[in-house]
Amino acid sequence: MSLFTVNKPLDRRSRTLVALCSFGLPVLLWCMVSYVPFIWHPDMKVTDPGSVSYFRNDMLVDKEIFYNESATAEENGTALPQGIPANPVYLPAPHEVVTAFYTAFTTEPQRRSEAWLHESLWSSIQVIFWGFVISSIIGIPLGILAGTYDFFSRLFEPFIEFFRYLPAPAFGALAVAILGIYQAPKIAIIFIGTFFQQVLVVANTTRKLDPALLEAGQTLGAGNRSMLFRIVVPGILPDLYRDIRILLGWAWTYLIVAELIGTSSGITWFITQQARYKNFDNVFAAIMMIGILGLTIDLLLAWIGRRLFPWQQSK
Amino acid sequence: MTDVNLPDYKKQSPEVKDRFERLKQRPVTMEVKGLTKKFNGLHGEVTALKNIDLKIHKREFVCVIGPSGCGKSTLIRILAGLEQASEGQVLLDGKAVSKPGPERGMVFQGYTLFPWLTVKRNIMFGLLESGMDKNSAEAEARQWIELIGLSRFENSYPHQLSGGMKQRVAIARALANKPKILLMDEPFGALDAQTRAKMQAYLMEIWKNIDITVFFITHDLDEAVYLADRILVLKANPGEVQELVEVPVPQPRHPDQFLSQEFLATKKHIEELIHPPAEETDDDHLNLVRMVPVNDDVGSVF
Ligand SMILES: Nc1ncnc2c1ncn2[C@@H]1O[C@H](COP(=O)(O)OP(=O)(O)OP(=O)(O)O)[C@@H](O)[C@H]1O
Ligand SMILES: [Mg+2]
Repeated sequence: MSLFTVNKPLDRRSRTLVALCSFGLPVLLWCMVSYVPFIWHPDMKVTDPGSVSYFRNDMLVDKEIFYNESATAEENGTALPQGIPANPVYLPAPHEVVTAFYTAFTTEPQRRSEAWLHESLWSSIQVIFWGFVISSIIGIPLGILAGTYDFFSRLFEPFIEFFRYLPAPAFGALAVAILGIYQAPKIAIIFIGTFFQQVLVVANTTRKLDPALLEAGQTLGAGNRSMLFRIVVPGILPDLYRDIRILLGWAWTYLIVAELIGTSSGITWFITQQARYKNFDNVFAAIMMIGILGLTIDLLLAWIGRRLFPWQQSK
Repeated sequence: MTDVNLPDYKKQSPEVKDRFERLKQRPVTMEVKGLTKKFNGLHGEVTALKNIDLKIHKREFVCVIGPSGCGKSTLIRILAGLEQASEGQVLLDGKAVSKPGPERGMVFQGYTLFPWLTVKRNIMFGLLESGMDKNSAEAEARQWIELIGLSRFENSYPHQLSGGMKQRVAIARALANKPKILLMDEPFGALDAQTRAKMQAYLMEIWKNIDITVFFITHDLDEAVYLADRILVLKANPGEVQELVEVPVPQPRHPDQFLSQEFLATKKHIEELIHPPAEETDDDHLNLVRMVPVNDDVGSVF
């Protein structure tokens, strides 16, 4: 059976297979670049400096320089340097990164003011959580109101449309001035990054509710309050839940900005520091941890969602 | 239609005549007076309905029929209070109506059950809105579910029901509010022929046994003649009353009557009202020539 038929779901086996490929192919590519020498490997890793004075064991040098030095040594009749092809320091091999998933947690901070990885992760999760929760507590009700009543739509949306074009990072300095240097300004940046989009997205979702359901409610004698709480809110709930999952993904993208202001902290700061110390295996591990964390939370929310809304037809 | 000496649709048997006499003595449940509706569309003002007058009597079954776009839905939406009339008014038991209310139940063509509520909760919706406590509402909803024969499905969600079942629940949901009039906009339009016939029988059964007046839109002639006491025939552009036909088929109705003289005569008359014979113009046909070779395997379909 063809894998490319328009608008036709794959059978179970192909589905699993293709999903595995989704992760398998990039990893395979990475493995090939890392383990097959002639694909890339632009550097040489020195195993024996020979007569070259500035070569050290395990040093990475550009291939061209290595061969130049090697040729010079040969001309002079002195000891040849030995080396093996290697990738640059910023591209660690898969097994190094896998090891780093463990060792990153045990890498001691270089200075006392810096945080361990688990502390950094926890700090980031808290910033995202509070930024997103505060935004949702205010943004979802405002969005529903704007989507239900033209009055609120006209009242909120012009200003929000304007405000959402202002880049959240621009408020960094202001947030620090008002909220101090610790977690509060970071939470504020996540809030600013999420809130305005959230109101607009929720308002749009609310507007998409089938108007026939509202009319049915009216002919059944539902008053204004009931229309809102017994029809609009339950009616949009599954879509609202989906919106929130998407918006939560966006919130993560503001994390890097948030963690650069005030006292630097959190997972993105950990990554910056590790890059500075050239621990690129830790950098990769930490980046992947963000991805894994995000994906896990999303899958978890999706799983919960399927149980929360039994009336949703399974697609 | 072959003209086999059908009687005049206006000729009523003494029983039918007597019934209509008595029907018109009944109190008027809903009265429409000089109703006009204009829409401001992209291409200027459109008159959807013009000067509609109509009296619907208590426990009468009125069908509305007319070409597509003649304003049937607009009319029923104004009666329901979902749309405002431009001129004229709608009276329910003598009082003007302006907004939707539970005393006018409505069943829509599309399925408008609340997808997040089970069958039972859908029917309880209006009852709870009217201030009934939860236990009585539940008991009453159960009775309705029993009545429409869906006891097995009381805790099912709408997406688990067939189209016919959904419309039965929608009818029960509207009737549970004890409305004075039931407004139905092509409620069976999306159903297949068999289900539709069944639903018509159910509706007749309900109408016979419950104190309810029915205002029913359809584009199906058979359905209109089979169900209605009187049929309001509308014409398009602008939507005006063309005729209010008194159906001479005796009550109670039965599927056997589909081939009776009165039935066919009424149907033929309304057919002619909606599609006047003169309207057949020359430019409305296909321009086809033979496109199959004469010596083809199958040279002719005949
Ligand atoms: N909200 C609206 N704004 C502008 N024009 C409208 C609106 N609603 C209906 N109309 C117009 O009013 C006329 C009557 O529409 P309506 O839906 O009542 O027809 P209908 O008889 O129910 O047709 P159908 O048999 O196809 O259901 C149409 O010409 C339509 O374009
Ligand atoms: Mg219509």
